[in-house]
Amino acid sequence: MSENQYIPKTKLAKWFDSRLPLLSLSHHLKEYPTPKNLNYWWTFGGILTFCLITQIVTGVILGMHYVAHTDHAFESIEHIMRDVNYGWLLRYVHANGASMFFLAVYIHIFRGLYYGSYKAPREVIWIIGVIIYLLMMATAFMGYVLPWGQMSFWGATVITNLFSAIPLIGESITTWLWGGYAVDNPTLTRFYALHYLLPFLIFGLIILHIWALHVPGNNNPTGIDVKKNSNETMPFHPYMVMKDITALLVFIIIFFWFVFFAPNALGHPDNYIEANPLVTPTHIVPEWYLLPFYAILRAIPSKLGGVIFMFAAIFVLVLLPWLDTSKVRSSTFRPLYRKFFWVLVVAVILLGYLGAKPPEGIYLVLSRIATAYYFIHFLILLPVLGRYEKTDQLPMSISDPVLDKPGLIDKFKKAAGQYEGDNVGSFK
Amino acid sequence: MSKEIKPKRRDFLFTATYTIGAVGLGAAIWPLVDQMNPDASVKALSTTEVDVSSVEPGKTITVLWRGKPIFIRRRTQKEIDEAAAVDLKDLKDPEKDSDRAKNPEWLVMVGVCTHLGCVPLGDKGDYNAWFCPCHGSHYDTSGRIRKGPAPTNLEIPKYEFVNNNTIKIG
Repeated sequence: MSENQYIPKTKLAKWFDSRLPLLSLSHHLKEYPTPKNLNYWWTFGGILTFCLITQIVTGVILGMHYVAHTDHAFESIEHIMRDVNYGWLLRYVHANGASMFFLAVYIHIFRGLYYGSYKAPREVIWIIGVIIYLLMMATAFMGYVLPWGQMSFWGATVITNLFSAIPLIGESITTWLWGGYAVDNPTLTRFYALHYLLPFLIFGLIILHIWALHVPGNNNPTGIDVKKNSNETMPFHPYMVMKDITALLVFIIIFFWFVFFAPNALGHPDNYIEANPLVTPTHIVPEWYLLPFYAILRAIPSKLGGVIFMFAAIFVLVLLPWLDTSKVRSSTFRPLYRKFFWVLVVAVILLGYLGAKPPEGIYLVLSRIATAYYFIHFLILLPVLGRYEKTDQLPMSISDPVLDKPGLIDKFKKAAGQYEGDNVGSFK
Repeated sequence: MSKEIKPKRRDFLFTATYTIGAVGLGAAIWPLVDQMNPDASVKALSTTEVDVSSVEPGKTITVLWRGKPIFIRRRTQKEIDEAAAVDLKDLKDPEKDSDRAKNPEWLVMVGVCTHLGCVPLGDKGDYNAWFCPCHGSHYDTSGRIRKGPAPTNLEIPKYEFVNNNTIKIG
């Protein structure tokens, strides 16, 4: 953190900074050295921060119009949609914003998996990230209950019933979660309170996530360590800020395409039917971003087993920094791991698809195979690969993969020579 | 470590303070936890009386008790015979039909799938009785789990016949 020591310029700034070093902090954030070879997959941290702020702003406003009571919740949502000025916009941004948040977080997680960003010395960043992801799922789940539609009610019933699988105390836990003997008004009001609280906890964890990142600095596509404050790094502002904004604008275009042209494409029509505790919809599906875990839950032919495997699928990520024994971070130099990485991507997408299908016939068989692969990948392949995989030669510096291409230096020299004559110095 | 270190007066005071502190903290947290449990108004709604005089054989009515659906089915003789004929060895959660329906004509059950809490559909599934659409559990004409992920039979609530036409649940 102690790049060139910051000394405020004016007397007032010195006075303030010696009492609360906010100016030093902002200097650190501006000058924070980032590897110059970061690609666009590294822009999702900024995109995710944007998503969280969007959700908090729209959410606080929606909270001004929403009524958390089983008699009024459903109609208050319709009130927001029909009567409140721009209510439709705020609600569609909030609802689609949740999907976009998860889309971005999945890309962010898979980028970490591909480039080995979870490995030493970045284990703590990764674990905080997994906790953020868990809190995001809890927040999204409770938010989906608030409109009090059929999917809200039955989604809440199924998910809270997961806890009844715990031996002996399971029933008491579900009763405690519900505040009754079924999902009802006490459940709705507590979910609203927690749905409002958790995003601020996520915000706090994101500060820790970034703090933990700023200690070792960014990983990069080659996965090798960069020398800080050398010609291998660039200050965060303006270089990374501009790159992040470019990516963010593209992301916003996709986001608002959904908001304006397909606002209900990612939702379920049954949630526009008010909750009815006597009728279960014929086909209950969670929101798309929870489907892979839902598929794992249903792939196991036992209630407790399904619940254990579903939670284990997330918990295994916490252990990942120690399960992956390879010293090489980036998949670029791991020919075997790179292939298995893409198998994992396919398995997770397949699980997502299967989570939306009825659990029978070929769908059940496939979800069992994909579930098995998911666990084999983390628990067996990663530890074994680290030991036996023959990795490619690592470059000496992050510039090498660009400059070491045969003939590249000559090409540069030739191009430069056209402007400055042949008297051009070495590029390395 | 030849010399044994004797606990001093100060060590005793520290340990005693930590202990009292932990008990106090626990006592302070308990109300924060217990407030989530069912409150007095929820518990007060613990019984429901249902008039079943209009239910024909082969029909089911569904009533709400403590926020949960209760199936009250007037079974046909065929259904009763089917339920009684099942070998207990074939059951995942062995229970005799006669234990589940004291008056064999009337089957009273909590209409909540024991897997993850969906409401099973009537007259459906492999046993032409109850079938849960969520994760595919099949129940027989006695509401016993026969196939699928649910671990136990549909729960029988506490109920009694107040008279020939009225059932009191709870």
